Amino acid sequence: MIRLCTTVVLAILAATTAARAVDVEIVFLSRDQEERLPLSFVDPIVEDPGVWGARLALDDNKTTGGFLGHTYSLVERVLAADEDIAAVFEEERQSGRTLFISDLPRDDLQAIAEHPEASEALIFNGRVGDDDLRINVCFDNVFHTAPSRSMRTDALVQFLVWKRWPRLYLVSGTQENDVAFADAIRRSAEKFGAQVVAESDYAYSAISRRTDSGHIQIQDQMPLATQEGGEYDVLVVADENEVFGEYLPYNTYAARPVAGTHGLVAMSWHRVLEQWGSTQIQRRFEQVADRWMEERDYGAWLGVRSIGEAVTRLNSADAAEMRAFLRSPDFEIGGFKGVGLSYRSWDQQMRQPVLIANKRVLVSASPQPGFLHERTPLDSLGYDEPESECRLQ
Amino acid sequence: MKNGGKVAALAAGVGLVAGIWPAHALTVFVSNEQGNTISVIDGETQEVINEIAVGNRPRGIALGHDNRFLYICASDDNTIQVMDTETLELVDTLPSGPDPELLVIAPQGDRLYVANEDDNLVTVIDLETREMIAEIPVGVEPEGMGVSPDGKIVVNTSETTNMAHFIDTDSYEIVGNVLVGQRPRIAEFTSDGSEVWVTAEIGGTVSVIDPVGMEVMREISFEVAGVEPEALQPVGVKILEDRSKAYVALGPSNRVAVIDAQTHEVLDYILVGQRVWQLELTPDETTLYTSNGVSNDVTLIDTATDTAMVSIPVGSFPWGIAIKP
Repeated sequence: MIRLCTTVVLAILAATTAARAVDVEIVFLSRDQEERLPLSFVDPIVEDPGVWGARLALDDNKTTGGFLGHTYSLVERVLAADEDIAAVFEEERQSGRTLFISDLPRDDLQAIAEHPEASEALIFNGRVGDDDLRINVCFDNVFHTAPSRSMRTDALVQFLVWKRWPRLYLVSGTQENDVAFADAIRRSAEKFGAQVVAESDYAYSAISRRTDSGHIQIQDQMPLATQEGGEYDVLVVADENEVFGEYLPYNTYAARPVAGTHGLVAMSWHRVLEQWGSTQIQRRFEQVADRWMEERDYGAWLGVRSIGEAVTRLNSADAAEMRAFLRSPDFEIGGFKGVGLSYRSWDQQMRQPVLIANKRVLVSASPQPGFLHERTPLDSLGYDEPESECRLQ
Repeated sequence: MKNGGKVAALAAGVGLVAGIWPAHALTVFVSNEQGNTISVIDGETQEVINEIAVGNRPRGIALGHDNRFLYICASDDNTIQVMDTETLELVDTLPSGPDPELLVIAPQGDRLYVANEDDNLVTVIDLETREMIAEIPVGVEPEGMGVSPDGKIVVNTSETTNMAHFIDTDSYEIVGNVLVGQRPRIAEFTSDGSEVWVTAEIGGTVSVIDPVGMEVMREISFEVAGVEPEALQPVGVKILEDRSKAYVALGPSNRVAVIDAQTHEVLDYILVGQRVWQLELTPDETTLYTSNGVSNDVTLIDTATDTAMVSIPVGSFPWGIAIKP
């Protein structure tokens, strides 16, 4: 890969006429965290999430930059569990770096967005989907390439409504993010004419994924936990922490499909996607990273590519100029989803189709046919301008 | 979204009743991306007379100089297959790089240029010796391939770099790069060599490039009432020899745009099948064939009246078209 890039640069520099040298340094920020293991053994334990997406996009930017005299480099800062994010961010800002890809968890992201040094920086959030960051905790300098939680639930509920399966039985975990997912489902149901006809909580503590004869208990417990659904079409599970959702399909009390955080899921990226030219990026990614591309990789890829596209078109890496361009109607990038992706001006959320997939194949992609919007059908996903307090200028 | 079918049925009726269809002694080849076959259509009877099993995911196809051989990009087999157009047998394979998608043959008939999407390379193959003679590094995800009428310049488009790369066919070096819209798919020269048209699928535009100054002279955009702008995705493009008109396939909008190739104004939109992808003209330019991926058919457009005349069911996910006189 590296050898190839060098060849390209040499071949092209000779032919470039209007090159203005631009040197672009991008900082990738993440934190080393103990992630909970997936319940299913066929789900890979992802090594180095996020950073490989940034590295791949950097290669893509370098190839394009080679034709224009633009160079790109990536500074990778992966923090230890107890390291202070503010100090690391400040250090990078003191070195004059302004472009940041954030693969950080929520609190860290907010810490750098609120940092006094952030005012002349651009931060691309490729990971956190919290809706409040799109409706009332608004940052001028943050662009969200990760879809919001409500974009996911809107995408999923649109599909269920399109299927004419509108009666939802909501079964939620009790942790904070499960509650947020359940809230988003209720909102999506109301928005698109579905109904949450019954609700249950699942409050059992996390169990080990590996137990002898574990299925016997699960086979008994899951029907018990799901018998309050009454007449419904789809069980929607809210389990963002991978505690029980995986055990629901085929173990529900009623013979109904499972969707939500498990079963049929709404994703920004998934290995099952092979449409819209994504074969190429899936292959390129696996060649360099030796694993599948995951959502956090895709979020980081979109951030680095947004920077690359802005530099290519502007011939400049000035943060203020780039911010204005990224927010303008002139900006769009291809993200292997069949339409151009752009940023909403009020909350700087990237508009994007959301994949509807099970573990083995792509089932659909939202927005669904018939869900219209005055600007673009993509804005039928997530909080729309009138529903958000963010008015970024 | 079922309009393609309706138009086809209606048009078929008109064609049969009026009996105005011009007689062609043509053979039309259509690659079926998902079916892994080539459909063979008799251009006179407009019937599929054969369906030949080929390699996996056949996409770009082109006829060689004397029309004896059809070259087929079998993308998932990482090879170019050679079909004898008389016996309809696969007779050879060519050494392409990985994932060949589109190819173009030099007007002199001696060389074949192919875009390898996976490797950021354009590969040059000598058709006499059937050996690879050069590899040219280009942008990320090379796709469209156009060759100038004199054969001196090949234009390749790269989908993620969003450029048209101008390649000198003597030195195999890039002599210029032109930024175009997002996801450029096809490059096509006018017959006089004075313009190169590059379609940008996601950008929704056609860039008309001056190949001497290597600058975009004009951006053509599209608008159809009642069709969301995102669905207007330009892919295939064909320009009439006299440059009176050009045709651009607009993907999931299920339409082909008719453009005045002198003024670059869009004149009309023709409804065809679903996800119209590639286009090919008959040698006399009276008929334009369109491949409609999602509806599994090809539509024939009368270029005198710019109306869809008939749609012919082919294999699964038709992609490339080549027409043998």
